[in-house]
Amino acid sequence: MSTKVHWTPVTNLENIPPREGRAVTLQGEEIAIFNIDNRYLAIESKCPHKGGPLCDGIASGTTVVCPLHGRRFDLETGMAVRASEPACVATFPTRVENGIIFVNLDGARRVLDEAAA
Amino acid sequence: MKQRLVVVGNGMAGVSCVEQILKQPHDFDITIFGDETHVNYNRILLSLVLAGEKSADEIVLNDLDWYESNQICTRLGVKITGIDRERKVVLGEDGGITEYDKLILATGSSAFIPPIPGVEKRNVHVFRTLDDTRALLEKSRPGLKTVVIGGGLLGLEAARGLQVRGCEVTVVHLMDTLMERQLDATGGAYLKRKIENLGIRVMLPQQTAALYGNGRVDGLRFASGEELEADLVVIAAGIRPNAELGRKAGLDVRRGIVVDDFMQTSDPHIFAVGECTEHRGQTFGLVAPLFEQGRVLAGAITGHPGPSFAGASPATKLKIMGVEIFSAGSIDDTEPGVETVRYEDPSLGVYKKLLLKDNRLHGVILVGDIEDEHVYQDWLRGGTDLTPHRRQILFPPRDPDPGLEVAAMPDSETICGCNGVRKSDIVQAIHKHGIVTLQELKEKTRASTSCGTCTGLCEKLLRAVTPDFQEETKTTLCSCLPFSYEQLRDMIRGQQLKSAEEVLNVYGNRKGCEVCKPALSYLLDMLWCGAHEEDRSARFINDRVHANIQKDGTFSVVPRMRGGVTTPDELRRIADVADKYKVPMVKVTGSQRIDLLGIKKADLPKVWADLGMPSGQAYTKGVRMVKTCVGTEFCRFGVQDSTSAGIELERRLENLFTPHKFKMGVVGCPRNCAEATVKDLGLVGQDGSWQVVVGGAAGKSVRKADLLTTVETTEQAMEASNLFFQYYRENANYLERSYDFVERLGIEKIRKETVYASEKDKRKLLDRLDRSKAMAKDAWLEGAHPVNPTQFVQIQPLEVPTA
Repeated sequence: MSTKVHWTPVTNLENIPPREGRAVTLQGEEIAIFNIDNRYLAIESKCPHKGGPLCDGIASGTTVVCPLHGRRFDLETGMAVRASEPACVATFPTRVENGIIFVNLDGARRVLDEAAA
Repeated sequence: MKQRLVVVGNGMAGVSCVEQILKQPHDFDITIFGDETHVNYNRILLSLVLAGEKSADEIVLNDLDWYESNQICTRLGVKITGIDRERKVVLGEDGGITEYDKLILATGSSAFIPPIPGVEKRNVHVFRTLDDTRALLEKSRPGLKTVVIGGGLLGLEAARGLQVRGCEVTVVHLMDTLMERQLDATGGAYLKRKIENLGIRVMLPQQTAALYGNGRVDGLRFASGEELEADLVVIAAGIRPNAELGRKAGLDVRRGIVVDDFMQTSDPHIFAVGECTEHRGQTFGLVAPLFEQGRVLAGAITGHPGPSFAGASPATKLKIMGVEIFSAGSIDDTEPGVETVRYEDPSLGVYKKLLLKDNRLHGVILVGDIEDEHVYQDWLRGGTDLTPHRRQILFPPRDPDPGLEVAAMPDSETICGCNGVRKSDIVQAIHKHGIVTLQELKEKTRASTSCGTCTGLCEKLLRAVTPDFQEETKTTLCSCLPFSYEQLRDMIRGQQLKSAEEVLNVYGNRKGCEVCKPALSYLLDMLWCGAHEEDRSARFINDRVHANIQKDGTFSVVPRMRGGVTTPDELRRIADVADKYKVPMVKVTGSQRIDLLGIKKADLPKVWADLGMPSGQAYTKGVRMVKTCVGTEFCRFGVQDSTSAGIELERRLENLFTPHKFKMGVVGCPRNCAEATVKDLGLVGQDGSWQVVVGGAAGKSVRKADLLTTVETTEQAMEASNLFFQYYRENANYLERSYDFVERLGIEKIRKETVYASEKDKRKLLDRLDRSKAMAKDAWLEGAHPVNPTQFVQIQPLEVPTA
């Protein structure tokens, strides 16, 4: 396995309005990137509950609320917030360079899987 | 012979004293001199005039009719320049000489202008009178660099008013804490943060050394050597009693005109009230003690002396830029033997600090939550031993007997400081007018109509006095913004907040959530009639892309089909769209429309363009549709043209937002084929008339709509519909359907405030509806003109990663 970190350039900063999310499909997976106070936080867009598009959810601080059934996830850890049973989505490291947002797909983390391992 | 009473000063203190005199049996011919040319107005509300929330007319306390009907000789615009105490006359600037038997000086105070070089320059103003306010209104404009010198109450109010006008405002204060006489450093910091969140810059401590500029002010130079550009400077550095007249006449004057406990000056024929006075070494700047002085003097001067004036309570209760502040007793915590107990909640903006000495309350500062101020006032006044209360001292348990607190208050206690309404005034008004709601109390007594700090107390009084008290149901929005809808509406209007983010930053936890953000978006749109700052991040996805999200993340598209009437051409286009986009399901809805289900977000703009029809708003809390029957056009039973009426009704209300979805129906006869009696609003045609029915439901529960009114013409039916529609928009809680709203308020109240309201009030409702309608547009126009480049399209990566 390659240890070299690959940063995929995704889009210009202005394409993600403040406090909103936008989806991008990378390697067949839909990733939602949110602009929270000019920090760009990326998570897996598919809600583990019924597959709702988290990219379309309302952001509340650094959490997002799924538009279908109101499940809430922390954008920094991917963990479900105030959930009756533990759930999580993957998170991806991002960085900004020259006005372009980059996502590191190899850096994907799933907090729950790590805890189980 | 009647005695001649002359009052010099036509402000709040003088006129309120005259009002009190008129309530007593008396034998006076009254003359009032005022150097301003205006009738008596509520000076406290000048900041609202500056902010554009009230007009100059709306803050008038006594109009000319009042002076006339009370046979008061009014001399406005006449300055009194001297008193000849031997001849008992006052001398006017106009050369007039007026004799008096008794003289009341109520000359008020003036803005204190510190001796800073350059204060005489143009565009340097004070903020004290209606004329000052008008001058500021004339100068203010968006982007104007404005500096307010003084971080006390008046300065902060001026700052907010000017900022609402669009000026770029900086407050410069000499001390290192705002309102340092009322607040400590932490309390001041809380206030400062709130103010900065509103977009006003605050510079502390900053001593202004000079105002520079050539004739006109260009900026300020501070003692530190720094400079600050300014096109407009407002000086609000405190007030000085207008005691000159008394001084020249040889009365005992120190800082103010010295008065005894019955407001008598050193001359037994001359009295003084208000901000020009000095009583036991104290001068006055807030309004509550002035009303008290007026009452004491009215009793004494008419020969019915009551209690004497005991001085102002050392407590200050204020609302500044929407932040409630209470301060009482000594706030100096460096005093030996003083302990402090504190509580802070930074995200709610609540700060409480109690100073204790020998287990007794010594002073208190409350910011953001002043609910318990009465308990603290009692403890302060009574010197209560707090040993048994120490554990609950910051959250004193609410009394199990809700009437006790108001029962313990003396009748003379001022409840509403802004309008000088006492407990006894309120109790009398409740009995006299049979008042059962807070709204009625506000209308009859003016209590709780200015700053609103006394609302809680007024409610407690109502509850204690009237057995039929009807509490207005208050639903708190959510924990991000723990206020009732009524409070939120007041806050948004009062503080002129235009965006959801602004409301959350000032009053909430600065984050918001999926509950409060859409609710705020609705309130802002409704309150500003569409002239708010729309923030799509605060809207549910349906209102970002103007379509209804489905369980698989695709969307449904329902074009508007007014009155359920369509054409072959429209049907062909719908069929073509269904083919072209391989729409998985085409469904006729219960609302006489056609639903295209399973459309991808990225296809929405193209689908709308191909349909060439406006949005049916089937995805939002807004006007859905008007369902109609064929009426007189084709039906052999129809007695009214329900189809045309329905189409017209839909045209008039479409594209507007409502607290919850809003469905309508129009039927041409009582057979009710289009089910108008289970709609939010329905028109039921009868021979020669329309019944307008509201609050029907055929959802989770079934409810037959209530009859609002019966009218003869279709135009009258439209007006009644519009009145109810706007009334619901303005008074329902977000997500409250019309049937819950009608049940909560009662149809009688709704009738009274819509179809039976005065023509003037009806006009106001309809005007606001017209203004909103003028701003409302077909949301699907955004298909061609998106609000941002990625509103509908998915982001395409700049580089496709390889696995």
